[in-house]
Order: sequence, then C-alpha cells, then structure tokens
Amino acid sequence: MAPPDRSTMSEQPSPPTDIPGTAAAETSSDMPVSLGAVAPELSSSLGEYVRAWAKRIRSGESGVLPVIGGLILLVIIFQAKDSVFLSAGNLVNLLVQGSVFILLGMAEIWVLVLGEIDLSVGYVAGIGGTITAILSTTHNLPWWLAIAGGMLTTAAIGAVWGTLVIRLRLPSFVVTLAGLLGMEGLLLYLVNANGTGGTIRITNSVLFDLANGNMSTVAGWILMVLAVAGFGGVTVLRDRHRRKSGLEAPPLAVTLLKVAVMAAAGIVLVLICNADRGVLVPLEGVPYVVLVVLGFLAVWTFLLGRTRFGRYLYAIGNNAEAARRAGISLGWNRLWAFTLTGLTAGAAGIVYASRLGSISNNIDGGTLVLYAVASAVIGGASLFGGRGKMVYALLGGLVIATIYNGMGLLGLAASYQYMVTALVLLAAVTIDSLARRGRTTTS
Amino acid sequence: MSITAEAGRTGVPEEYDHPLLSVRGLSKSFGAVHALSDVDLDIPNGQITALVGDNGAGKSTLIKAVAGIWLPTAGQIYWDGNPVSIRTPKEADNLGIATVYQDLALCDNLDIVQNMFLGHEDLSHRLLDETRMELVAKQTLIDLSVTTVSSVRQPVGSLSGGQRQSVAVAKAVMRDARLVIMDEPTAALGVSQTAQVLDLIKTLGERGIAVIVISHNLNDVFTVADRLAVLYLGRLVSSGPIAEYDTQRAVEIITTGSASGAQPPAPSSGTSTDPEG
Repeated sequence: MAPPDRSTMSEQPSPPTDIPGTAAAETSSDMPVSLGAVAPELSSSLGEYVRAWAKRIRSGESGVLPVIGGLILLVIIFQAKDSVFLSAGNLVNLLVQGSVFILLGMAEIWVLVLGEIDLSVGYVAGIGGTITAILSTTHNLPWWLAIAGGMLTTAAIGAVWGTLVIRLRLPSFVVTLAGLLGMEGLLLYLVNANGTGGTIRITNSVLFDLANGNMSTVAGWILMVLAVAGFGGVTVLRDRHRRKSGLEAPPLAVTLLKVAVMAAAGIVLVLICNADRGVLVPLEGVPYVVLVVLGFLAVWTFLLGRTRFGRYLYAIGNNAEAARRAGISLGWNRLWAFTLTGLTAGAAGIVYASRLGSISNNIDGGTLVLYAVASAVIGGASLFGGRGKMVYALLGGLVIATIYNGMGLLGLAASYQYMVTALVLLAAVTIDSLARRGRTTTS
Repeated sequence: MSITAEAGRTGVPEEYDHPLLSVRGLSKSFGAVHALSDVDLDIPNGQITALVGDNGAGKSTLIKAVAGIWLPTAGQIYWDGNPVSIRTPKEADNLGIATVYQDLALCDNLDIVQNMFLGHEDLSHRLLDETRMELVAKQTLIDLSVTTVSSVRQPVGSLSGGQRQSVAVAKAVMRDARLVIMDEPTAALGVSQTAQVLDLIKTLGERGIAVIVISHNLNDVFTVADRLAVLYLGRLVSSGPIAEYDTQRAVEIITTGSASGAQPPAPSSGTSTDPEG
C-alpha cells in the first residue's frame, strides 16, 4: 500500500504520537520519523484517522468543532424553552435571517485573512440594497441589471477603501470607520432623494423572491443530490489523483463518511424546507436564498483555497515581508480582497432588502457590521490575519441567527439579545485563545 | 590576476575551471563610511565558504552586494567566469543565488509545501497543483536528507528552529540555486538543531552547490566549512582552505586583522589543497 517514495523514508515506523504541534516538541531532531502518517488526512485506516484527529484536537487544532458544539448547545437550550424553535417554519425563518449575517461574515473574511478589517460592510450592504431597489423600482430596470448595478457599486466602494489603505498606508480600521459614517450619510441621501418617504419598496417579483420565495420541492431534492454528488465526486477524484501520484490520501472510509454526513445534512435541510410550513396556504420548498448563500460559499471557498490569489492572501496576512520577498504583489492582492469584501457586502444588502421587501433610511448598519465581524470570529477567523475560511462565516452566522431567532421567539427584548451575543462572542474568542495557547506551548 | 583572464572566455561553463563566484576589487561606501574596501574573494562550486569577522567587519555588506540588495560602489562580480552586475534580488535569483536571511521569511500559517512554493506555485488549469508541489517538495527534502519533519503538510509554525532553517534552505535549493548564502543559520539553535543544520549545509556542498555561511560560531565553522574568509574592518584580510587555519589563528585574524608568525595566505590562493576539490 505504501507509495514508492515512502520506502526510502519509512525505515523508522512513525509513532502515532507525532502529530502537528507536538511533533516539534522536545527537539524532534533526535528522532527522525517518516514523512507521513501524521496529519489525519494522511492516515491509512479509519481507526488511525480518528486517533490522529482526536490527538490534533487535544493539541489545540480544534477547527470548527467548538462552534458546532456551541450551535448544538444553543439549539437544545432554545428548544427546551420553546418547542416551536425546531419547527420547520421557524428553522426556515432562521436560515433566511442567518443568510444576511453569513454573507456579511463572508465579506469580512476576505479582509480578516489579510489582517485588515472593514467596519463599513453594514452600510455598504445598505448601499447595495438601495442601488438595486432604485434601479429596479424607480428606474424599472430588469432585476439582473439592478443586482449587477448594486453589487458593482459596492465592489467599487470596497476598491476605494483598499486604495486608501494601500496607497496612503492608512489603517483599514480608520478608513472603514470613516466609510461607516460616510456610507450611512450616502444611504440617507439616496433613500430620501428617491422621494418615496424614506423607504424604497422592492416591487420586482424576482428580487422579492430572492429571500422570500422557495424553489419547488422536486428542485430542492435534485439540487441537493447534485451538490452532494459533486462534493463527493471531487473529493474521491482528488484522493485517487494523490494516490496515483504516490502521495497519501485519506482512507476511502473517511471520504465516504464525510460524504454521508454531508448527504445526511442535505437530506435534513431539504426535508425541513420541503415540509409544509404554511398556515392558511401551503408553503414549502427550499428558499432561494439558501442557494445564494451556498453558491457564494462554494465559489469563495474555491477562490480562497485553490488559487494563487487565495494563497497569497494567507501569506500576506501572516508575514507580509515574506510574501513581498517571494515576489508577491502586496498591493494588487489586497486591493482585490477589499473589492471582494465590498461585492459580497452588496449581495448581503440585496438579500436584506429582499427579505424586508424594501430598503429604508433606518437600516442599522452599525449593528450589522458587528454581527458580520462576530460571525467570522465566532466561526474561527483570526482578527490578526492569516487564518479564516468561508465556512467559518457560515457557522458563525448560524450561531448569531440562532441567538437572534431564539431570543425573539422567547419574547426577550433586544437588550438581552445583544448581551447574549456579546457573551457568545467572548466565549468563542476565549476558546480560540486557550486552544492557541495550547498550540504554542506544545511547539 | 588569473581570474580576470579567465573571465574573457565566455561560453565555457567548465565546472571546476573557475570559481562559481568571484568578486574583484569590491568596495561599498555609505557616505564617508567605507563598509567594504577592495575585496577579492572566490567562491568555488560545491564548497562551503565560511565568512567570519567581528561585528561591523562588512560581512553583511558583502553578501548583500552579492544578493543584489546593495549595488557596490566599485569592483566587479564574476558569475561562472562572466562579469555580471546584480542590481536587484530578482537578478540574483535568476542567476541562481539564493539568500537565506536570519528571519527565514516563512509564513507560519502555511504548511511546508506552501512555503516552499510561495510566489512560484505550480498550476494546472490555472488552479494550484497541490499534488505536484507536494511531490517536488517531498523529493527535495529527501534529497537534502531532511528526515525530521513528520509531514510536509504541517504548518511551518509548528516546526522547530532547525526544521524551519531546513525548509528555508530547501526552498532555495528547489528553485535550482547554485549558490546558497546563509546568514547566521545556527545563531538561535540548540545543540541537536545546530547539528541538523550543519548536516544540511554539508549535504548542499556534496550536491555541488556552493555555500557561503556567515557565522560567529567558530566550532560550527570548523565543523562544516571547506574554506574560510575573514573580513576585518571592511577588508578581506585572509582566505583559504580551512586546513590552513586553527581556531586560535582564526580568532587572532578576526580580532586583530592579521596573524602573528604565520603569513596569511594570498587572497586568491588555489583550490588544489581543498579536501573537496
């Protein structure tokens, strides 16, 4: 089973204790080990995989597990307090509420990976929704042109922040703080200048259905099967390619387990969404906005994980000088990251406007940006750069939406909701910080 | 000088005919300060040259001139016998000169493969070709006998100091460096880590790669070097095969600029007595 190039290296059997983080402990130079069988991905059997995985978690590389654990805990608490929480109608509502937080969190991840921050995403999202609403409702442009106009505008705004940060070497914190104020002003101006009494309604049916419409039950099943099959197919093909090239790949059992978990999650999601949650008229199907969120998640994950651009963002976020010496253009890559933050924020704003059926001058972009940063950080992104994945925003956004939704269900005032969110954010950062301390003491 | 005569013969890349790198009359001034004056030095292929000297002797200025960071005020650099001017780090890189600075320029959050290919990633269909990069990185580490890393997919932040040094060197070697310049590679390392890095330096020499090592540690120098070059107040006061020196004499030259009793060898003494030659 051993790939050919391992034969030269595997004279010494590698002890399973050699996991990343502890491998470097106590002058590992004394004990040469083989180049392999150490990261969970590189284990040869399911049992070994699970053991290596458990070791890695204990050493501080906990990944997304604390967030998922916290999410389950929240769900249990809210369900115990109010049995409506886990009803299909409420869960779908939660997903739709969470979509805005998730999209804003993904917007924030682009700059967080660089070690920068964008405090303006809340009002930039508002601008995106406003421009789209104006183009569609006031100017009667087709929905796709309205969406393009809104997102291009916010992408351009992000590019302006990026240019100021890069060219004038201003801290992104200050530039985007000014942006927060400036965009709030611009939003008020645009909405009031529209002359519709401080509110612009979304009248286009496609734009309205973006967050309020559902696909047919059959379409939901088909798309779910396609998504799971696509994920499974790509994973299996990649593993096979690695084995063919003589590299270790996770055992097939692990891959199948992952695909099975994903399929189970997909089935549960579609089952919930396809249940009739209507009160007077039947209401069923997966909301379109779920597709929008998953689409952004897939494309952004791909861009961040499989391209040079994404790789360079991680490098710049961790050690800009090393990246510069490696010949990486710091300016262009950072500019693109800020631009993508603006673009994604615009998408979030359009979903927000769609959900409310209108965009108004009392949108609270200040709270939205805090939720955006909290989503990313609760999910596991670092404020110091170099660490963050798009899926973190998904998980963090779901945590925030769960609190938001659950507290609302319990009839608790916004005051409680803010305080609980603050505690969860602190807990997430504390867990991460403790885990990281564990990492550094073992290495 | 024989070297300048050889430099006229272009297109004869005989490996051992002439040194890989020669500097002649190299001077560098910063205003009124003469950091380097009239330095002549030969770096032969496949040999490890230790560059020693007290603080401010000009070691860093010399390697920065070779690495393309500072343009010399006067003098000529020959590469493979041909006169070259190295104006930028990029030009040094293109010639095959790689410099491993003390800070190593690694990204702790990226794994070994990602660090080794940073800025030069292999692509297939415009996407990162992880499989190919991992294979090449692994093979490079095996070729360099770097066997202490457990996985090439572990983040560099989790590696020991010696392993990090190994990754930085492997990165240079993988990109076909013919001369690797290392600035104090063992300065921050413990005993076993130092031995690991010294082994790596020896391996480089065995593979025909020329190495310049700046070091303050004469034990390391005598363990690993084939040749010694001593700078004193910006001048090259002594250079030659390591066999011509012992620790006491080296210390004397480093601190006083000359050796009592014995004649310092001529700056461009031949390589015939070298053990590796």
